[in-house]
Amino acid sequence: MTDTIRSRSSTRRTLPARDLAQIAVFAALIAALGLAGPLNIGPVPITLQTLGVMLAGAILGPRKGTLAVLLFLVLTLFGLPLLAGGRGGIGAFTVSPAAGYLYGWLLGAFVIGYLTARLMPKYPFWLALGATILGGIGAVYLIGIPVMAWNLGLPLWTAAGLNLAFIPGDLIKVVVTVFVAAQVHRAYPGLISRIPRRSAVTAE
Amino acid sequence: MIGLYSPGTSLVHRAPTLLKLLLLSLGVAVVTVLGDPRQLAVALIVVVALFIVAGVPLKASVRQIAPVLWMLLLAVPVQALLAGWLVAGLMAGRLLVAVALAALFTLTTTVTAVLEAFDRLLRPFRRWIDTERVGLLVALTIRCIPLVAEIVREVLEARTARGTRGTLRALAVPVIVRSLYAADALGEALAARGVDD
Amino acid sequence: MSSITFDRVSHRFEGAASPSSPAPQNTLRDISLTLTESRIGIVGANGSGKSTLVRMINGLVMPSAGTVTVDGLSVKKQAREVRRRVGFIFTNPDNQIVMPTVQEDVAFTLRRRGLSAAEIAERTAITLDRFGLTALADRPAHRLSGGQKQLLALAAVLVAEPAIVVADEPTTLLDARNTRRIQELLRTLSQQLIVVTHQLDLLDDFDRVIVIEDGQVVADDRPAVALGAYRALLS
Repeated sequence: MTDTIRSRSSTRRTLPARDLAQIAVFAALIAALGLAGPLNIGPVPITLQTLGVMLAGAILGPRKGTLAVLLFLVLTLFGLPLLAGGRGGIGAFTVSPAAGYLYGWLLGAFVIGYLTARLMPKYPFWLALGATILGGIGAVYLIGIPVMAWNLGLPLWTAAGLNLAFIPGDLIKVVVTVFVAAQVHRAYPGLISRIPRRSAVTAE
Repeated sequence: MIGLYSPGTSLVHRAPTLLKLLLLSLGVAVVTVLGDPRQLAVALIVVVALFIVAGVPLKASVRQIAPVLWMLLLAVPVQALLAGWLVAGLMAGRLLVAVALAALFTLTTTVTAVLEAFDRLLRPFRRWIDTERVGLLVALTIRCIPLVAEIVREVLEARTARGTRGTLRALAVPVIVRSLYAADALGEALAARGVDD
Repeated sequence: MSSITFDRVSHRFEGAASPSSPAPQNTLRDISLTLTESRIGIVGANGSGKSTLVRMINGLVMPSAGTVTVDGLSVKKQAREVRRRVGFIFTNPDNQIVMPTVQEDVAFTLRRRGLSAAEIAERTAITLDRFGLTALADRPAHRLSGGQKQLLALAAVLVAEPAIVVADEPTTLLDARNTRRIQELLRTLSQQLIVVTHQLDLLDDFDRVIVIEDGQVVADDRPAVALGAYRALLS
């Protein structure tokens, strides 16, 4: 296929058409990963959707990645059954014990995206792994656990204990994310500007 | 199409979306402060009555509420141990009623109606949020879901054809790279149709 | 007919700025052309630069050197006016449908054109009818067949009544029956038509055929002459 070099001059809009398309395609990817269905172990279903969220940050960077997750969440909020297991709607965001994880995804994608942007273009394995753990597990649990404790009326530490069961699964997703992101960035460079802001000037 | 909406003509279906949203928020707020099992029982009866009025299929309703039951199965015993069975039961009841109310809203409201309602809610913020772009992104994503699902299917098929089962990584890389190329082509089509102008 | 001019246009993909470009292919060297005929065909091997060339007509690709104008409008400086004049059909119909349903996709082109909702609905309905898509109006786009998708893409471009239609291998991914159907439709258009294609039989009754090889024009003549040169080049 022929490719396009969009002139930088048409980037006067905050989000040019290509960025819009990347955001929409990744939001769709997170949804498609949910169609695979959840593995129900304990109170929170284990899904590949978290993998999609981590990948969004690690591949699209802080701005586009967070927007892709936000867009996916907005569609779910509007009642599309896109959360793993065919759930969706306003309840998943408010009264559900797992509601906090959805907000945690937003923060997680941003943290991974921001840290990944600082690691580009080298993307060294161990640092990338740390960045992805910080965002994909740390940031997600930071919001997810307190909301779960609140919605279930449990003490914070009890809720945190319930989450221990997910650590192994989440660690696997982190490792997969780092490997996949490293390969994608090699096959398709230029998705994340190295140091946000400054590189936008050098790219002109 | 792919919404959770279950078609109907009941009073619950016909009520204006913003009114339903308001009543839902009120309902959830009231339920969370109920401290008496008898009050909770009344709330439960009201919710069941609403489901009957709406005539929502049982299967669709159960699907939305069932995941919470799993969580309660785990949380209720823990809660009972910590604070006694009364508190645990109240918590479970409140959560069930709230989740059921939210599910009722989702099951009786079309995606388009929710979109329009949010568009009206966002109207005062027009200055900061480009609502047209948000609408475009939402529609574009709905369009992209089958597109990406098709890419996933093709990559899986190619794996099977080659007789390799492949790791998660070996599947994810081609799916993502192909999705990014599709995004490039879509971006080009959007530009050709004047989105950037 | 409109007049499209290429004045000493060159194009090369620069490494750092082009994430998806496959190295030195698709480059163009010092091309000058004036396109005024009603039916123009462009042929050439894959990677010869022909797709890059037609993408410059509506500013999807900007030249590294030289200028492109459409009816005197600079593609670079007056991109908005140019894009309203030029409709573009891509190879893969799947990637150019941007809205969830058939009707929404056709209507999408008319957004931002200062039309009322009623006008948009009316023009959309007329176009759907013209392309035999009325029965499919509310169908999700992904449920259409390949031929129907390319038909939709054509409808979505023509609803805005552009003066020029550019098509980049519009039938490459279609089966024989749908190829004929799309070719027939292209023939009936009143617009100036510029088609990149490998289906040489489509070009027999065209006014002009341009052969591109390694980023340069190697033949530019009546179809019989130019296609003869192209066939000689291939063998």
